[in-house]
Amino acid sequence: MRLTLRRGRSKNAADATDALDATDATEAPDAAVAAVEPGWGAPPVMARADRFSLQDLLVEASYGIGAKPSRLIMTTLGTVLGIASLVVTVGFAQTAAGQIANQFDAVATTQVLVEPATARTGGGTQVATGTLPWDAPERVERLAGVERAGLVADVDVKDAPVTSVPVNDPSAAALLSPAVVATTADLLQAVRGSVVTGRYFDAGHDARGDHVAVLGKRAAEQLGINRVDSQPSIFIGETSYTVIGIIEGVERRSDLLDSVILPMGTARADFGLGAPAELHVQIATGAGALVARQAPIALSPDGPENFTVTAPSGKSALQDDIQADVNIVFLILGGIALLAGGLGIANVTMLSVMERIGEIGLRRALGATRRNIAAQFMVESVVIGLLGGLIGSALGVFAVVIVSVVQGWTPILDPWLAIGSALLGAVVGLAAGALPARRASNIEPITALRGS
Amino acid sequence: MTRPPVVELVDVTRSFPGPPEVQALKSVNLRVESGDYLSIVGPSGSGKSTMLNLLGLLDRPSVGEYYLDGASTGSLDEEQRAALRGGKIGFVFQAFHLMPHRTVLDNVLLATLYSGVPRAERESRARAAIDRVGLTHRLDFTPGTLSGGERQRVAVARAVVGSPELLLADEPTGNLDATTSGEVMDLFEELNADGLSLVIITHDRAVAERAERSIRITDGRLLELA
Repeated sequence: MRLTLRRGRSKNAADATDALDATDATEAPDAAVAAVEPGWGAPPVMARADRFSLQDLLVEASYGIGAKPSRLIMTTLGTVLGIASLVVTVGFAQTAAGQIANQFDAVATTQVLVEPATARTGGGTQVATGTLPWDAPERVERLAGVERAGLVADVDVKDAPVTSVPVNDPSAAALLSPAVVATTADLLQAVRGSVVTGRYFDAGHDARGDHVAVLGKRAAEQLGINRVDSQPSIFIGETSYTVIGIIEGVERRSDLLDSVILPMGTARADFGLGAPAELHVQIATGAGALVARQAPIALSPDGPENFTVTAPSGKSALQDDIQADVNIVFLILGGIALLAGGLGIANVTMLSVMERIGEIGLRRALGATRRNIAAQFMVESVVIGLLGGLIGSALGVFAVVIVSVVQGWTPILDPWLAIGSALLGAVVGLAAGALPARRASNIEPITALRGS
Repeated sequence: MTRPPVVELVDVTRSFPGPPEVQALKSVNLRVESGDYLSIVGPSGSGKSTMLNLLGLLDRPSVGEYYLDGASTGSLDEEQRAALRGGKIGFVFQAFHLMPHRTVLDNVLLATLYSGVPRAERESRARAAIDRVGLTHRLDFTPGTLSGGERQRVAVARAVVGSPELLLADEPTGNLDATTSGEVMDLFEELNADGLSLVIITHDRAVAERAERSIRITDGRLLELA
């Protein structure tokens, strides 16, 4: 076949040349003088769109990166280590600061209290502006970070006496009856109580409204009950309740120790309990801010402002101090590792430029500009850096998570740390590629092409 | 209208600042008409490399003008010169300069990246160019598995895929034995017969004598051999 070597220019170029032909035809084609006039092919008309587009640049750079896989691994390694150590140190500093604060006040950082909001009326009395729903524990337990939740309500027994024996002894000194409180079955764990003897009631007792009661330790002493295997009863007014357990150690509501505790359902059936008063939530360390934001919405999507939430804040002054101390040392170490990684990339890219002098010369001869050449090496170096950053960031996050799981800590990692450090890898690549790219773009094509 | 010369050098001097200042080319005048077949010979250090650099738009004259295909190149910036180089000039080198890890087809395609061949036409034109040099059966081979003559033919295909006006060959047979060298020269002459202007820079007297015109460079000056 006869190849269209001569007139096979791209369509645009051919059209433009035709147009120039027409204007040129009337002039004497004295090439030497016509140089300043529009002559043949001047100005150079090229289809710009298809000359080394971004797509071409990326394809060529990917060839360069993929040419030597083993070297690629060695090159990335420096950045991987640098970024990974950076993520690990910052991640551990964040996690550790969280744990330290946690140890100082383990209860305070894992407890959230939700109450109906109150407002002052014109008459000066406090009234609740909302009510906690009965299914509040089920609603909040679906939230991330919530471990257990339980409801508490004070029961108004209308001055009915609470006694262990229904005896009317006029000579006995009048004692203040223990308070009567209603809770859901999970509350004991939610406020970190423990059972001394017997058991706490369960959801079944609650649902059926069984006549059972659990006593706080001091209430039990007051009522003269110290064992439950004989199924002792107490009386609230005229109604008897079987005591099934005695509890202690309720740090969050120590008044429960002085109380008679009934299941919620029982209190509703027997005393007409109107609404729960408090929702106690036990949360994972660090989840305070999240739960505080989400719990009111879960409880009442149309009126989340009707609840006040008492939750540990995400940060404390102590935490900030510790974080600052830990970070400054390890950040320097991570920075040094990263610097080494960047130098590694710079070195290998420089080596690659030296090895590919012939290729660079060829590309220049084929019509690549200095900028095209520089861009190609820059992109290669940036991609290598980004690759190292991504791998390093992933490894760092994994390391923090795994160590935290083993130690039983809550891993605390800013997502921007992971994203940012991956991008930092690309920035390192950019910085590392600048000098080699400059060197590559300054290579003299003919020297390069004749050299080898 | 008459076609302007493909190459016209007018009083071109290229000097390299010293000390001492060296004039590699001194007031050179040269016309290469469309379809010409020209060889340039000369000893080392005579200015052949400088000549190649200038003709290939890889360097600028210190004094004088270079008209490529009738257009002045002196006022063009680096980007425009690169575009012009990619579109109008094809290069063939002594050392072939093929990419060792890429197939014959990919090596030829490389030239289309910079020469302004529309993306949709790239592959068909590369295949046509490979077909033109008779290597269709080697499309997916890498250069390492080809003979020297075949490699140089791949390089020729790469040089002509962008449909240049001018083919610049720098010692194209320097790495080839006499037989393959003859084959490659036959290919060049076929291309020339199809209308491609050909400038061959060579040491090889046998190669130089095949050209219609021969020019000798001595000490920066041109002498047209009869």
